[in-house]
Amino acid sequence: MSIFVDETTKVVYQGLTGSQGRFYGLRNRDYGTQVVAGTNPKKAGTDVDGIPIYASVTEAKEATGATASCVFIPAPGVRAAVLEAAEAGLELVVVITEGVPAHDEAYFFNKVKRDFPRTRILGPNCPGIISPGKANIGITAGEIAHPGGPVGIVSRSGTLTYQALYELKLQGIGVTTCVGIGGDPVPGTSFIDCLEAFQADPETKAVMLIGEIGGTGEEEAAEFIATKMDKPVSAYIAGVTAPPGKKMGHAGAIVSGGKGTAQAKMDALAAAGVRVGQNPTEAGQHMVDLVKELGLT
Amino acid sequence: MDLFEYQGKQFFATYGIPVSPGDVATTVDEAVAAAERIGAWPVVVKAQVQVGGRGKAGGIKLAGDLDEVREHATNILGMDIKGHTVERVWVEEATDIAEEYYASFTLDRSAKKHLGMLSAEGGVEIEAVAESNPGAIAKIWVDPVDGLDEATARAWVEEAKLNPGATDGAVEVLLALYRAYVEGDADLVEINPLVLTTRGQVHALDAKVSLDGNSEFRHPEYAEYDATQERDERETAAHDKGLQYVGLEGTVGIIANGAGLAMSTVDIVSQVGGRPANFLDIGGGANADVMAGALEVINNDPDVKSIFINIFGGITKGEEVANGIVQAMGRVQIDAPIVIRLDGTNAEQGRAILADHESDTLISKPTMLEAARAAVELAAGR
Repeated sequence: MSIFVDETTKVVYQGLTGSQGRFYGLRNRDYGTQVVAGTNPKKAGTDVDGIPIYASVTEAKEATGATASCVFIPAPGVRAAVLEAAEAGLELVVVITEGVPAHDEAYFFNKVKRDFPRTRILGPNCPGIISPGKANIGITAGEIAHPGGPVGIVSRSGTLTYQALYELKLQGIGVTTCVGIGGDPVPGTSFIDCLEAFQADPETKAVMLIGEIGGTGEEEAAEFIATKMDKPVSAYIAGVTAPPGKKMGHAGAIVSGGKGTAQAKMDALAAAGVRVGQNPTEAGQHMVDLVKELGLT
Repeated sequence: MDLFEYQGKQFFATYGIPVSPGDVATTVDEAVAAAERIGAWPVVVKAQVQVGGRGKAGGIKLAGDLDEVREHATNILGMDIKGHTVERVWVEEATDIAEEYYASFTLDRSAKKHLGMLSAEGGVEIEAVAESNPGAIAKIWVDPVDGLDEATARAWVEEAKLNPGATDGAVEVLLALYRAYVEGDADLVEINPLVLTTRGQVHALDAKVSLDGNSEFRHPEYAEYDATQERDERETAAHDKGLQYVGLEGTVGIIANGAGLAMSTVDIVSQVGGRPANFLDIGGGANADVMAGALEVINNDPDVKSIFINIFGGITKGEEVANGIVQAMGRVQIDAPIVIRLDGTNAEQGRAILADHESDTLISKPTMLEAARAAVELAAGR
């Protein structure tokens, strides 16, 4: 099994007619994802390589039975796009767009949580989600992920996630689902949301967590792992040597007022029994060891 | 993007938060002219630097007449405060302070709501108050969908136990401060101290404002703030090329694709005993143009003794990345030796392309750890 998305997930791409949306939307379809529709109020009735374009998410949903959306809309329009998808009743809204204002994120996160509790937001500023062999929604290179299981991955960073997927693939270890929660201050889906789903998924036997400086998501994850999980976890945290007060590429990757340091996160995770790697390769090796110890290779 | 105090006060003023009349000056003569325009005595001459402890360093002085303004401005302009050179002073009418408070709004990332903090103990570092007397800080969490209403603000002020005479004024300031925080797209707005004057007015005596650069598209006024940002030359060059760059103080220049991988590269160079010169994220694609721009930025840093390029190819395949690097190197005259670690999709093909160009000054290593060691060794040997 997988979490959040699989081969039955029907996806509408908000921004499919733009260059990024088209490029990744078609790649995702080639991977096997059910890319059923795109939206653009000015281009309704046209198509992108055979994928029909509708004026709104609601119309796309009614016509195609879409259950999820993937947002490639430029940052100024993301707030409206997310609310439109939630109002249409979609279950999952994956926001790839980078550079969304933090106040917009805080607004739509709370609005959706209150008024559309069935809708899950993933991102913004995330690579998306891939259940290898079933569905790939976003910008991950599908070929670097090995299908099957037993590992689930949750990460705040794109390239470090790809590194992890690739290293596991080289060892012949499969992944149930890899979720990129994104590097922004208000992620729609948290580490805990993913850990909870992985804990409940029978095919996921171990979880790899990739975090970075800023916020308290990793500390909260450690608490959850210690009290609510029996599956083993390995982790890596980037930014040990990041200077305080500087945003390190991601809007959310900042140590401020002495809070959000990599060391504090690594300590919290280690105290929760997580095997913490000092670099991505070591964390990958920890995961390989865990899988072997479980007798799964 | 952090604002200077004078910009913060101008920002506050546009949202109706009371601040003292004043003006900014970059020369002694301008400071004197500013004091003349204010026309009320005494005035305060305040160094404009984005670092705490200005007062202790002699960067804030009271002046009773124009001669004193001239004297203080002469001393303060050009002064070094914790490594920051004072290029501007703010001259404002002095305030008769009865009491000092603290007020701020920022995002609570854990609660995913806005956090307001208010304290009757102002004028000192709020972190110190949080440590010594946490009960003295009244906190509220504001749902961004609801916003802050007057009744909530009033209850909050009462909980903070300010002087009852300050209640009405504080409520007004807090409502305006919340509006400035949301409508201005700030990451942080802080007034410390928020003062009650001897005449019973509530007034922002300082302003600390940090704006969200992602909101620039709906705030034309950000361009003016951006122009005065304190950046080192390397950061300015990278910023102009649209690269994500943070200057550090070491000798190993770093280029990586993806923020996480770039952070991780900085970490691993430190772990093997080296000192990274920078954080530089070139984003996902890693094509020749972007790579050439990144190499130019790194090459202009005189402290760089070696360069570590760390690329993971995903959708951009290894051979495209390798060709991009080779092309970029042909376009930029590089002084320092380069170590490349290329991994991911078609890494083998990519490494084969790099192998044709390998030399003493271009080395390819298959893992991050080996590449980091090689780069650190090269930096140490030069």
